[in-house]
Amino acid sequence: MIRSLLANPRLANWLYGFTPPERGPVVLGHRRVYIVPTRLGWLFGASLAVLLVGSINYAISLGFALTFLLAGVGLAAMVQTTRNLARLAVSAGRVEPVYAGESAQFSLHLDNRAGFERPAILLRHLASGAQRVVSVPPIASTEAVIPVLAVRRGWLPLGRVMLETRFPLGLFRAWSYVEPEARALVYPRPERTATPPMSAGSLPGAARAQSSGNDDFSGLRSYQRSDSPRHVAWKAVARSDDMLTKQFSGEAAAELWLDWQQLPASLGTEQRLSRLAGWVLAAERAGALYGLRLPAVAIAPDRGEVHFSACLQALALFEAP
Amino acid sequence: MSSVPHPLAPELRAVNGRELAGLILGLVIVVSPHAGRAPWWLTVLVLGLYGWRTLIAVLNMPLPPRWLLLMIGAVAMVGIRAEFHMLFGRAPGIVLLVLFSGLKLLEMRTQRDALVITLLCFFLIITNFLYSQSIPAALAMCVALLVIVTTMVGLSAPQRSPHANLRTAGLLLAHAVPVALVLFLLFPRVQGPLWGLPQDGYTGVTGLSDTMSPGTLARLALSDTVAFRAEFQGAPPPQRLRYWRGPVLWDFDGRTWRMGPTVFAPFRPPTGGDARYRYSVVLEPHNRDWLFSLETAASLPDQARFTADGEIIARRPVRERRRYELVSVANPVPDPREDPFVLQRALRLPEGFDPRAIALADEWRRSSSSDSQILARAIDWLRSSRIAYTLEPPLLGPDSIDEFLFDSKAGFCEHFSSAFVFLMRASGLPARVVTGYQGGDLNPVDNIVTVRQSDAHAWAEVYLRGRGWLRVDPTAVAVPSRIESGIARAIPEGEAVPLLMRRELRWLRSLRYNWEAITHKWNVWVLGYDPQRQRDLMAFVGIRDSDWRNLTAALFVVLGVLVALLVAWSLRQLARPDPVQRAWHHFCRKLGARGVRRAPSEGPRDFSERAARSLPRAREGIQRIGDLYLALRYGAEAPAAKIDELRRLVRELRVT
Repeated sequence: MIRSLLANPRLANWLYGFTPPERGPVVLGHRRVYIVPTRLGWLFGASLAVLLVGSINYAISLGFALTFLLAGVGLAAMVQTTRNLARLAVSAGRVEPVYAGESAQFSLHLDNRAGFERPAILLRHLASGAQRVVSVPPIASTEAVIPVLAVRRGWLPLGRVMLETRFPLGLFRAWSYVEPEARALVYPRPERTATPPMSAGSLPGAARAQSSGNDDFSGLRSYQRSDSPRHVAWKAVARSDDMLTKQFSGEAAAELWLDWQQLPASLGTEQRLSRLAGWVLAAERAGALYGLRLPAVAIAPDRGEVHFSACLQALALFEAP
Repeated sequence: MSSVPHPLAPELRAVNGRELAGLILGLVIVVSPHAGRAPWWLTVLVLGLYGWRTLIAVLNMPLPPRWLLLMIGAVAMVGIRAEFHMLFGRAPGIVLLVLFSGLKLLEMRTQRDALVITLLCFFLIITNFLYSQSIPAALAMCVALLVIVTTMVGLSAPQRSPHANLRTAGLLLAHAVPVALVLFLLFPRVQGPLWGLPQDGYTGVTGLSDTMSPGTLARLALSDTVAFRAEFQGAPPPQRLRYWRGPVLWDFDGRTWRMGPTVFAPFRPPTGGDARYRYSVVLEPHNRDWLFSLETAASLPDQARFTADGEIIARRPVRERRRYELVSVANPVPDPREDPFVLQRALRLPEGFDPRAIALADEWRRSSSSDSQILARAIDWLRSSRIAYTLEPPLLGPDSIDEFLFDSKAGFCEHFSSAFVFLMRASGLPARVVTGYQGGDLNPVDNIVTVRQSDAHAWAEVYLRGRGWLRVDPTAVAVPSRIESGIARAIPEGEAVPLLMRRELRWLRSLRYNWEAITHKWNVWVLGYDPQRQRDLMAFVGIRDSDWRNLTAALFVVLGVLVALLVAWSLRQLARPDPVQRAWHHFCRKLGARGVRRAPSEGPRDFSERAARSLPRAREGIQRIGDLYLALRYGAEAPAAKIDELRRLVRELRVT
């Protein structure tokens, strides 16, 4: 019931006291830190009631003293539990792009500007349930990495994160929600069939053969059945699952156009993107010069990390909402 | 929202060795005072259970199966039932709780079980207070509380050092003290008990009983336990006048004296007398209804009644420490009026006992012309009888009076008073035995007279026609030093006298006097804080006729202030930025005053570079501050020397 109410974003925003996502470091103000007794807290309270009744019944003065001292401890614990979260500054760090199906590693910096330690703070990513427990030393900041499974390509926002603490006695549970502005870029899941983009004949697009000597090593590309075993890069194979072939300048290094239009019409959008991503991956690995042509975007042939990322980003954000 | 379990949830986390050690330490402190009271086999069993759990943790063994624990518990319960003849009294209940702590420890898997044990510790602490609420007991329980709270902190923050946990626990307790003080003083107190107490609620208290037979007072006199303390306004009476009246015994069966039926009477203050003493008595609970008063009481405390034979009787047995105010008069003029039935009762003797004593009394009767002459002869006889005063009287046969007077010739005050009253009755004078305390120790530190069980005494009262009841202390007659200078001088050397009664340990006595003075304050102000004292306190601060309503109001106001202070403390700690941040803010303010304001989105590096460009004269300083700030803020360490340098640079920065 409450969960379904919280699913309503407007209601949740009003309830949480902020409109997500928030830019820059989010400081957890007192109004955003909620606190309720835990089950142990209720049990503690019930025990105090029993102790009090016993003290009255047997007229034990020190029983009163004990009961009241414990009540004071409970009260002090409540203040300390709130303090453990209050004014903690939360900010999101950089996130590396991932392929769909992998986990994006969101890093959150918890910045403690107060002169006391903040132990045992739980961060829980509400959508995925991923959680981490961290302690923040006085006047320091701690990084917590929250893995979030990237299901679909495009921008993956971090979403709402709950910070929770039961320190120091576990009698109270204080929590707060943050939704820092952080998003991870999710590339389409690359197709693992690894259709070779190199075999000029079978490939669509203009492939221009270059002729040069057979001796200069120029990179690696995916293994093809016709490759000589002498050219297989065994060292690299040992490190990865894919069979790789050493490529020499003398071999055909192609300038490829990876073109959306040339893919079979039977493939859906996501499958096309997956295949293109697989090709980009393979082409980059092979050290080829490759370009990408999508219905609205065209990226000129190039190679290298920047180009590779740009291609994958274009695929990730293709017709993104 | 998915329902992934909380990694810190107490029902999931297993207890580690350090937490277990904290729990066992707390338990041992809390349980050890019970060790002397519980059956020895149970103490051994429970310690064994603790040891077993420790072994399991050390050797990484599995926990015992539940059926085994249930069996141990069942067997132990049968043992407790056999020992106490019940299971649900106070003492067996406490012993069960101690047993349960060991069993619970052995089925403890997760943090939740550990937390249940910490709560159990709180209950064990309060059960200790049922037996002793002394200052050492309170201190021991404070240590236990610190250990338990430290363990609780450790449970909620794993991987934190015990030292840090101890500090947190100390901080929590320090914050709790003012709250506890306010609650203690202002929480509306109700006079207990709320329900009937178990039958054995008050056994095991020492004190005078309503009967006296040879040996009862001598046994009591070996106890150093405090009976009551009296605080006099002005000078206390001298030792020889300090007769504290307790139960009056009338009926004798040849061996034992009994009180017989209590006859209440309207209170008649005595007339005449030498000196008046106004004092208050703090009476230790003795589970009887009589209150002790200095002879002769000239006022009646609240909630007490007076009997025809001069006892003061409380409405209920004294089961908690009770304080009452009294006025007494020394040596008043006796009242000659007395009921003939009462005098008849004061002459009754059992048939067929002690023929030699009866013969002696007959001889006095025949050779005397008046009652006072009989009394004088009896006192003379006793003075010259050479009967020894001893804490270790020999055992007496059926004719106990004869054997004491003529054969063994050694006894304690119950022998003297019993024999004397017997002789008086046999010679035709109405007489009765009065028990109570004689003397008491005057503490020069706070002028309080402490009366112990070792001051227990019995004396006689004889009725002279036309004069009334007169006190005669046969012990004082035979052994004058007992009354003049206390029991320690009167007892022959070599006999066991309670340690604190011995004369030679002077330094020990002075130490004890100071300790006694503290204890008295503790008793009156901490342990004796009851609804009456609460009303007095409220009247003192100006709230008359305080009831639970204005007490609750006052409580909430003061508590509110305290919580506000606590919150303010936590906010102040939050608001204070660290020195690096303070220096940086100072730097930004300085530059802002020159028109170089930091944009909210501008990082420290960008800002200091921009500031260096726009204020070229201070460029070097600005750059050094920027670099230092970045190093301190985002570097791995922040050495104090660097922080000081940053502050100095900011202070000395000239941007004009």
